[in-house]
Amino acid sequence: MTAAAIENQLKGASTRNAAARARMLRSLLPALSLALVLLAIAWLNPRAISYFGFSLMLNLAIPITLATIAQMFVIAGNELDLSIGTFVGFVGCVTATWLKDAPLLGIVVLAGSIGVYALLGALIHLRNLPSIVVTLGMSFVWQGLAILILPKPGGKAPDWLLSLMAFKPPFIPFPIIAALLIAAVVHFGLMRTSYGVILRGSGGNAAALKRAGWSLLKTKIVLFALTGLFGVLSGMALIGITTSADANIGNGYTLLAIAGVILGGGEFVGGRVSPIGAVLGALTLALAASPLLTFMHIPPDWQVAANGAILIIVLAARVLISRREK
Amino acid sequence: MKKLLVLSVLAAMLASSTALADTSGKKIAFSNNYAGNSWRQAMLDSYGIVTKKAVEDKVVAAADIFTTADKEVPTQAAQVQNLILQGYDAIVINSASPDALNGAIKQACDAGIVVVSFDGIVTEPCAYRVVVDFKDMGRQEVEQMAKFQPKGGNLLEIRGLAGTSIDDAIHAGILEGVAAHPEFKIVGSVTGDWDQTTAQKAVATILPSLPDIVGIVDQGGDGYGAAQAFAAAGKPRPTIIMGNRQDELKWWKEQKDKDGYQTWSASIAPGVSSLAFWVAQQVLDGRTDIPHDLLVPYLAFTQDDFEAALPKIKEGGVATHEYTQEDAIAAIKANIK
Repeated sequence: MTAAAIENQLKGASTRNAAARARMLRSLLPALSLALVLLAIAWLNPRAISYFGFSLMLNLAIPITLATIAQMFVIAGNELDLSIGTFVGFVGCVTATWLKDAPLLGIVVLAGSIGVYALLGALIHLRNLPSIVVTLGMSFVWQGLAILILPKPGGKAPDWLLSLMAFKPPFIPFPIIAALLIAAVVHFGLMRTSYGVILRGSGGNAAALKRAGWSLLKTKIVLFALTGLFGVLSGMALIGITTSADANIGNGYTLLAIAGVILGGGEFVGGRVSPIGAVLGALTLALAASPLLTFMHIPPDWQVAANGAILIIVLAARVLISRREK
Repeated sequence: MKKLLVLSVLAAMLASSTALADTSGKKIAFSNNYAGNSWRQAMLDSYGIVTKKAVEDKVVAAADIFTTADKEVPTQAAQVQNLILQGYDAIVINSASPDALNGAIKQACDAGIVVVSFDGIVTEPCAYRVVVDFKDMGRQEVEQMAKFQPKGGNLLEIRGLAGTSIDDAIHAGILEGVAAHPEFKIVGSVTGDWDQTTAQKAVATILPSLPDIVGIVDQGGDGYGAAQAFAAAGKPRPTIIMGNRQDELKWWKEQKDKDGYQTWSASIAPGVSSLAFWVAQQVLDGRTDIPHDLLVPYLAFTQDDFEAALPKIKEGGVATHEYTQEDAIAAIKANIK
């Protein structure tokens, strides 16, 4: 081995180390921003940092987390889903009506809606359509169906769902357990299994995957079906908490979910996503937008603007750090 | 001497246990889901004026206003949960949905918090609802119409936002009124969405197909638009029931000055928010006899008093009324039968 070769090897190791550090920082960032928001809440309202407080502050974060994971799957495949919010609303209306009164019909409809998502994935891939256009169109379809099912607010969540979402485990509040569970399951599936690598690869380097003999049609269908599945879970969780549905209940989730993925260290292109980061990002957004704002006692005229400002600050911190990484 | 001391202490205790003093340490929050139109702005203004004075007079310790950034249900549900954590004793709420907030409302009740809803009410049984008697308002519109048009004739109805409980209630009241006054007949119905522009377009579209109209029964926010449509079509001006909006009352005054035009005006006062506040205060005061559904009167103006009210309404605004504690006590009394 010559001296030059050794030097090269050392250099390689040090750049690898730097890259690893940057990756580390990037994966720590969502946790850091969450800790920051929690500290601010603890300072403003110490009473909130308790079993009861976390149960209340975070239980509406469960559906946001699930919607964020749903969005993460399409983003992993370099696509964007603008219909996830109204889809969650649609699922909510089905849950509060058919799933309670005619469980079989409800299950069929919800499974069918996941099938529609899979078909959308196929359509987008086969016709090479921009997903933004297709899903924007679908958002009106879901909204329309939701209004058809539930023309005015009402309905009731099935009892098993109500008791599930009101579950009070000892010591650790349910929303935290749910978040850990979601993060663990999706992290294992997408980051630790070989097909998970293929799924992410379809967003990272589609051409290479295709040349290696993998079906891109299949990966797109799987990614969209997973989005549908988590969208269904999100809608059901939401109705389990609110107890009753409204056709417009999920509309705000579309943008929250995208922001959650990006805050959690994901990128719009390149198949770079992080399930754990996305869960942390969703929790951060849920906490920053509502509890933090309420506890700050801002004059009513400024509250709406302050909400926007908090979101911009949180997202700007993320952009600053990832720029340093480059 | 000792006896006297005991007596005076007892007297002092009795005095302090009567109304007012009891709620001076209580905090009341206002959860609002939307602030983007003139009605909601007037609602917030009225609430601010009344509660600021209540805090200064030490009737309550705090009365803070919280408005959500969007009209979404989950945002407001989260807001209610945060208000629970903040340790408020009561929450006054104008809700984004009658049903979908029930989960959060129940959590608030379970935490011992008094919840009073108004305008956008919640159906959760543990909450209080301050409801305006819209059905009576619809019925009264036809009663008043009978005074101005004793011979009867054809009516045009302008409906509000479809699918809402308010539109439903006013419409039902109008139908009841017409049933009691068979000299009137509703020959046409359009949707005006409580909005002058929408109402004007809708009336202008249906106008050519209608026989002669003697009166218009509507839901407020649509009267001025209807008047414009009739003027543009060159049709004779019917008796248009007004809805307390500034532009409607201004038009009414112009017509009255011209030829003594007569009509009637009614709508829900945005200041009903202040009434909800006082109801919450009364519940916190320990009153247990308050019904959970409180029907309160709407705000009406007649030929004699509308001109006095007009200068007080902001340009483009709507007439309001700030309720006092006495108003609330009277309203509660009227509902205990």
